[in-house]
This record gives sequence, structure tokens and C-alpha cells, in this order.
Amino acid sequence: MTARELALKLKERFGNLISDPREFRGEITVQLSEADKIAEVCAFAKADLGFDYLVDITSIDNYGSDPRWTLAYHLYGYGHHCALRLKTEVSEEASEAPTVSTVWRTADWHEREIYDMMGIRFRGHPDLRRILMWEGYPYFPLRKDFPLAGRPSNVPEVAFTKSAPMEGGPFVTVAGGADTMAREPRARTPDTGAGKEGK
Amino acid sequence: MATQEIQQPDAAALARPADGAAGGEEAPDMQGEKMVLNMGPSHPATHGVLRLVLELDGEIITKATPEIGYLHRGDEKIAENMTYTQFIPYTDRLDYLAPLANNVAYALAVEKLMGIDKALPPRCQYIRVICCELARISAHLLGLGSFAMDVGALTVFLFTFTEREKIYNLIEALTGARFTTTYTRIGGVSRDLPPGWADQCRKFLEEVVRNIDETEQLLTRNRIFVDRTRDVGVISRADAIDYGLSGPNLRGSGVEFDLRKAHPYLVYDQLDFEIAAGSAGDCYDRYLVRIEEMRQSVRLLRQCLDKIPGGADNAAGEPVNIPDGKTVLPPKYKVLTSMEELIHQFILVTEGVNAPPGEVFFSAENPKGELGFYINSKGGGTPYRLKIRSPSFCNLSILSHLMPGHMVSDTVSIFGSLDFVMGECDR
Repeated sequence: MTARELALKLKERFGNLISDPREFRGEITVQLSEADKIAEVCAFAKADLGFDYLVDITSIDNYGSDPRWTLAYHLYGYGHHCALRLKTEVSEEASEAPTVSTVWRTADWHEREIYDMMGIRFRGHPDLRRILMWEGYPYFPLRKDFPLAGRPSNVPEVAFTKSAPMEGGPFVTVAGGADTMAREPRARTPDTGAGKEGK
Repeated sequence: MATQEIQQPDAAALARPADGAAGGEEAPDMQGEKMVLNMGPSHPATHGVLRLVLELDGEIITKATPEIGYLHRGDEKIAENMTYTQFIPYTDRLDYLAPLANNVAYALAVEKLMGIDKALPPRCQYIRVICCELARISAHLLGLGSFAMDVGALTVFLFTFTEREKIYNLIEALTGARFTTTYTRIGGVSRDLPPGWADQCRKFLEEVVRNIDETEQLLTRNRIFVDRTRDVGVISRADAIDYGLSGPNLRGSGVEFDLRKAHPYLVYDQLDFEIAAGSAGDCYDRYLVRIEEMRQSVRLLRQCLDKIPGGADNAAGEPVNIPDGKTVLPPKYKVLTSMEELIHQFILVTEGVNAPPGEVFFSAENPKGELGFYINSKGGGTPYRLKIRSPSFCNLSILSHLMPGHMVSDTVSIFGSLDFVMGECDR
């Protein structure tokens, strides 16, 4: 059984909620249109399609477009050796999706990491705390509007409350694009006081 | 008479709790308060900066809460702000006990995104396999050495570190750095094998096999070691899969799964090796799996050195990079003498390789387990989102499930046998 056949079975079961499988570089991706169904879809994928191994969960910040968040679940089955990527989108207002830690227990830490880094909450998660950043840290650092230099936090007892000096930031240039200072507001030293509007 | 009256109630009061305990009822005095013990982040057995908050009933662990993130450097954020090539040095610092394997895994992920992973010259693929397997031996030697040291066998540590030093010498000759190798490039490697390197490597392989034998003699039938590891930290097959364990920890639980076999990358499908798997899933099995993996790595290395296209010293001049100026930096003398190469060099350094829009997930079988890179690209030389699926992160998530019921002294065996690296866990 191939990953595409498994994706079609998933589509058969959930109908229009699941998009047609797309293939890029030999990887099959399906899109789930309603994030609220993700736990149900995952439970089906595990129980009936043999995806017993959750490799990873990733979140992507589509800053500036709506819906803002994308969640990508990487599924794998030890029985059939097929991988499937399941993607779903979450709006910024909701910023919430059901947990899949009831389906695979490895999701527990992955979801905590996503919450920690991007601030997406998982409904029904047993222990949704920060995992890499410390308890009480006020920001979500992997969001695109969080500056690379960091932000001073107004919690005085928390360590590292100053931004890191970036000295102009990493040297990244895009063909035909604006220069680094205009294009990379995150690369700027916050002390200059310039906003993210650009020049 | 008066003294007797005082003594009698005393005796009855003393006897009552004793009777109660004997009768199986829990006496309030016999149930001690639970103690909270904080282990780490600076503890020799936590191999870095893992912090474990243990709740103890006597010496039995009733609850364990791992706290990670002490080595978090924001690698994923950093990756979004630089070109693909610029991120290669950061991969050294993930699993810093096997930087070469990380370099290879990362380069392959970017190459998969660009669709050139199948176009790599054969010599480059062989060199990369050599890198991966050297890194595996090095990481396992360190893992075993510190594992054995933590459970009381200091000699093994000295033995394995002697051998690891030789690997570092080989790596230095190959890459120019002992620790932070940054050896791969997108579309190739930074340089070919130096002259005479293959013979040094063969000599090392002969020595390391003897060393592995000696290590086994010191540990495999060592009563103390076996007592401290057998039936300790047992992970069932179902739990291993459910918690997303990978690498030797997964195979120790009896799942015969290895990405090099299941989804061969590079030239692993042309090489003979076997998957080592355990049956009991305890600390001892994970130790045996690592020993066997080192032997298989030696086998792989020998085959690579024999079969490498162009021979050891590449008299035939086999390429080690993709012959495409838009992917791989041209040689320096050409940059200085030829216009086209100068332009390629300038574009590659300033803009990076031109990756297409799309997303890929590539994972490689690293010494610690499945190291995966998810790259979301909107085109151009910089990833829009780069997620690192690190094996140590997933391997550690089982701790809160695995620890309860064990003694405090068993934590050391469990840590040693899980063989994690915090640089990779925290990223």
C-alpha cells in the first residue's frame, strides 16, 4: 500500500474535509479543512490506517495572511512504511486546536513546544506548559513578528530581560529585494527605536 | 502501683500502630512524607543540562518531571534568518557528539528540497556514509563510556575515550576541525579525502574492533553492570512506538527499524549491514544494541573504503560535488580568473542556493535516532520555516512514564542507556 492510497482512504472516510493528496519530492500531503477535526482524523489514521508513529508536529506562522497558523503532522506507519503529512490551518483568533496527545503520547511534548514557541493552545492537553522557555516568559519567540534580537521583558525577576545586540543582523539578501535594513526588521538592533514599518 | 498505672497506657499506645501495620492497614505514622529531589541541571549523570524533578517515597520514585530547555538557543529562529549554507555550522551544535552525521542529514534535507539528492556524485555519497558511520562509532563510544562510568565502571570510559581520540584525529585530517566539523555543503562536501586518510582509517578500524571486544569483556558479563542494567528501565515495544522513540532506544525494545534500511539514503542500499535489535527493552538491551551497531558501522566503513569510486586517493579525479555552479561554490582559482565563476560565487555567497517553493521532511538515522529536518520554503536561499525533529527530545519525553517505580540509583542507568544530548533536545 502506498502513501497515496492511504491518503485516499482518509479522504474516503472524511470526504470533503480532506483535500486531494498532493505530492512534492515523493512526499504526500493532505490538507484538513477543519482544525477541530484533527484529533478525530488522527485517531482514524492510527487505528484504521496503521499510522502508529507520530514523527513530528510542526507549526508555521504565515504572518500577514489569514489564517495565520498552519499545523503539520508527520505520520508514519511501521507496518506499511509509508509517511503522510497532514496539514491544517488555525486562525489567529482561535489559536487553538484539539490535542492529539490522546492518540500518540509523543504528541505531548511536541504540542507543548508549539505552544511555547508560537502560542497555539491545544484543547484537552494534560499539561500545557512552556517547555523550552522558562515558566513566566511573556513572548512566543518563533512568531514572525518576534525580533531575532529578542525583546526586553517587563518581568524583572526573569533572566535575560535585555535584547541581544545584533550589529546589523545576519547578512541575508534576496535577489531584487530591498536591502537588509529595510527588509529584515528583525535584524535591526531594537535600541535604534525604528519600528517594523521599514525605512 | 502508681508507676504501673503510668506505664500501661504507654505500652498500649506503642502497640496499636504496630498491630495496625501488621494487619495490613496503613498506619499514619508509617507513611512518610514524599520528598522532592531536584536532579540537575548540573549533575554529572544528566549528561548536560537536563533537570529532573523527582518525587520520592523513600528511595522509590513516584513521579518524575523532566525540565528541559536549559540549552535552548533558538536554532530554528536563527535558521529563518540566514541562507541554507550559513546554517550548516549550527547543525554541528545539535548533537555535538556526532556533528558529521548532523551535517550530512541537514545537507540531504536541503538537497531533497532542491531535488538534487539523487544527483550527488557517487564519491560524495560514499564519503558522506563514511562520515555518518565514523560519527556513529564516536557517539556510541562516548555514550557507552559515560554510561559505564555512571554505573561504576570507570575503566571503560578511559578505553572508549582513547579510541574516540583517534576518531577526532581522523576527523581533523578530513575536515580541518576536530569538533565543529561543518563538513558538508549543499551539493557536496567541503573537500575530498586527504592523501593517506583511507589507510589511517583502516588502521583505526582494526584497533577499534579490538577496543569494542575489550569493552564487551569489561561489561557484557560483568555482574555489577548486569545487575544495574538488566530489567531496569524496561520500555515495552508499544510504549517505544507510542512515545516516538527512535534509534537504538527503539531497537532495544525489539522494533527492527532502521531508516538506513527502510528508506535508504546515500548508498546504504548498496552496502551490507544488519539491524541490531533487542528483545527485553531494558537498559542492558540498549547497551547491547549500541555495541552491535558499532560493529556494523565498522563493517560499513570497510565496505565504503573498498568500494569508494576513484579509489582512496582519487587518482581518477572523481568529483565530490555536484558540477553545477549555481549550487556549489566553484574552486577558488576559477573565481579569481574567470568571470562566470566569479558571478556564481558572488550570488551563492550573498543569496545562497536557489531553492524552489515547497516543503520537505527528511530524516536520517543518526547515532541518537531519527534526526529530521522539516523545511518550508517560499523560494530563494532562506528557509521560511525550518523545524528540527530531534531524537533526544522525543527519547526524553518517555522519562515521566518510565521513571516511576524505579530507585533513585536507577535514574543513572536509565539516563546512560537512553544516551541523549541536550544540545539536540533543546536546539
